[in-house]
Amino acid sequence: MTTNVLSSQRAAQRFWQSPSGRVGLGLSIVLFLLALLAPVLHPYNPATDRNYLARLLPPSPAHWFGTDALGRDILTLVWYGIRTSLLISIVSVGLGLLIGLGLGLIAGYSRGKVEAVINWLTNILLAFPSILLAIAIVTVTSPSLQSVMIAVGIVQIPIYIRLARAMVLSLREQEFVQAVRALGASPLHILSRHILPASLPPIVVQATLSIGTATLEAAGLGFLGLGAQPPTPELGTMLADAFKGGYSLTSPWTTLFPGLVITLMVLAFNLLGDGLRDSLDPKVGSD
Amino acid sequence: MWIYLLKRLFSLLPVLLGITLLVFGLLHLIPGDPAVILLGERATPDQVADLRQQLGLDRPLPWQYLAFLNNLLHLNLGTSIISGIPIVDELRTRFPATFELAIAAMLVALILGIPAGMLAAVRKNTWLDHLMMTGSLLGVSLPVYWLGLLLIYLFAVNLHWLPPSGRISVDAGFSFQPLTGFYVLDALLRWNWSALRDVLAHLILPALTLGTIPLAILARITRSAMLETLSQDYIRTARAKGVPEFWVISQHAFKNALLPISTITGLQFGTLLGGAILTETIFSWSGIGSWIYEGILARDYPVVQSGVMVVAIAFVVINLLVDLSYVLIDPRIQWQ
Repeated sequence: MTTNVLSSQRAAQRFWQSPSGRVGLGLSIVLFLLALLAPVLHPYNPATDRNYLARLLPPSPAHWFGTDALGRDILTLVWYGIRTSLLISIVSVGLGLLIGLGLGLIAGYSRGKVEAVINWLTNILLAFPSILLAIAIVTVTSPSLQSVMIAVGIVQIPIYIRLARAMVLSLREQEFVQAVRALGASPLHILSRHILPASLPPIVVQATLSIGTATLEAAGLGFLGLGAQPPTPELGTMLADAFKGGYSLTSPWTTLFPGLVITLMVLAFNLLGDGLRDSLDPKVGSD
Repeated sequence: MWIYLLKRLFSLLPVLLGITLLVFGLLHLIPGDPAVILLGERATPDQVADLRQQLGLDRPLPWQYLAFLNNLLHLNLGTSIISGIPIVDELRTRFPATFELAIAAMLVALILGIPAGMLAAVRKNTWLDHLMMTGSLLGVSLPVYWLGLLLIYLFAVNLHWLPPSGRISVDAGFSFQPLTGFYVLDALLRWNWSALRDVLAHLILPALTLGTIPLAILARITRSAMLETLSQDYIRTARAKGVPEFWVISQHAFKNALLPISTITGLQFGTLLGGAILTETIFSWSGIGSWIYEGILARDYPVVQSGVMVVAIAFVVINLLVDLSYVLIDPRIQWQ
């Protein structure tokens, strides 16, 4: 127990020493706060506040990020877009993590035919470039917020299967697992109480990095018209509206701010993931 | 060697079958009758019944899947609902466009990414290293379609240096007849320098856009692989023997760092084929990506289905080629 506390303290210390981790954490907290406070602090209502007389206005004190083709305040849309993007990313990563982790643990522990079938499924899912698989799934399930979450979640599954399986394979022959097995513990007990906790650090790092990639994929789907549908504000859909409407080049603020915010969100989680990796697995992070 | 190759090809079969099964299953997961979806809501019951029979939709699912596989083996992928053009014909013209763009993007990534990674490794923990790695982190965080729009805005709309979209100018005052569909190659084969200049000008912005993520990833991987090899004993020995530093880095360190770099290059090349959908959409590049996008907008399911399947199969084949290339890069790896 004392060793665990000490190693956690060391990891926390290493995390605070990592500039990327600190910046990533700071940015992520700001983004979460913005998402949570959107309904309280937003200057306009994204669904109803349209002013057709104020279409495509450049940034000004009244509209810091300008207005779009429907006369909506882009700052408000971006603000709510952060909320939508975070919701999609977190739910989809959670979905991919739960299913992938479960299948990976089973594959690694059971071996044999079960492992072969799970490996086959993993290889098939990995055979598709991620955005393409997500497109295929959303196309058949019809575009909606839920479809995007499911599609991006499914794309994440094979990553966690591979990771969890690799962790189980390396841990299952270690002495502490063999000792518990010799004491008569059930496979479920061994997996949930011993192997899973020991596998957590790389999984936490991967989950953080996955939030970044999920944000990019979800925004990509939105850009293709397969994301959240109006009136839900979504960053990729905002870019798509400006692009399809033909005003992305004449009124560049309509694309500049949503794109910047997507980049910032992905950057925040990539930095946080890098910082966590440096602190939880210093051997990998040292390069 | 041939036995190894056959084994590897044989090992691809389950994955390829899985891809076909998934793509076939996806069309059947669409709520409603596929015949109605293909014909549209205004189709008469007779038309629907005829199409159901024609497509074999009135038969059991396993039979339908076998028929789908049979058609695939005979390169009979059906026709586009919207244009009525056979899908194989579309693929023949669009695949070279996507491939050409992916090759150009990969060249951008290799030419800029590897030297950046090497420089960062050699100047570890200096401002140059931090700059390169911050840049690469930014590169993997950028949405490519946004970057594409920014590049068009800057270089095409404001500076007028490069064309904003398409593969070739339609009113540039020269005639151009494609041979292979790879326009750069075609312009070279026809000794048409005006066309070559024009084609290359059209290629720069999409290649930069699509190449940004692999560039950033390659820079990071090269740095990491170079740091690993630079810490080895044989590097210390080479330096102690007085081998010039440039030689140590290029001949001793870089050659041994090539394996992870080539792995990532291959994987990224496959990803580029899929990622091209967003870049091609922005630049109106007439490749598979923009074709899939048009298919999505028009609910042209055979187009989406075939496009996704072809890219996935190409992705798997490229990964196999990368695996096989290891033997050429590292003589320690045997054909086993």
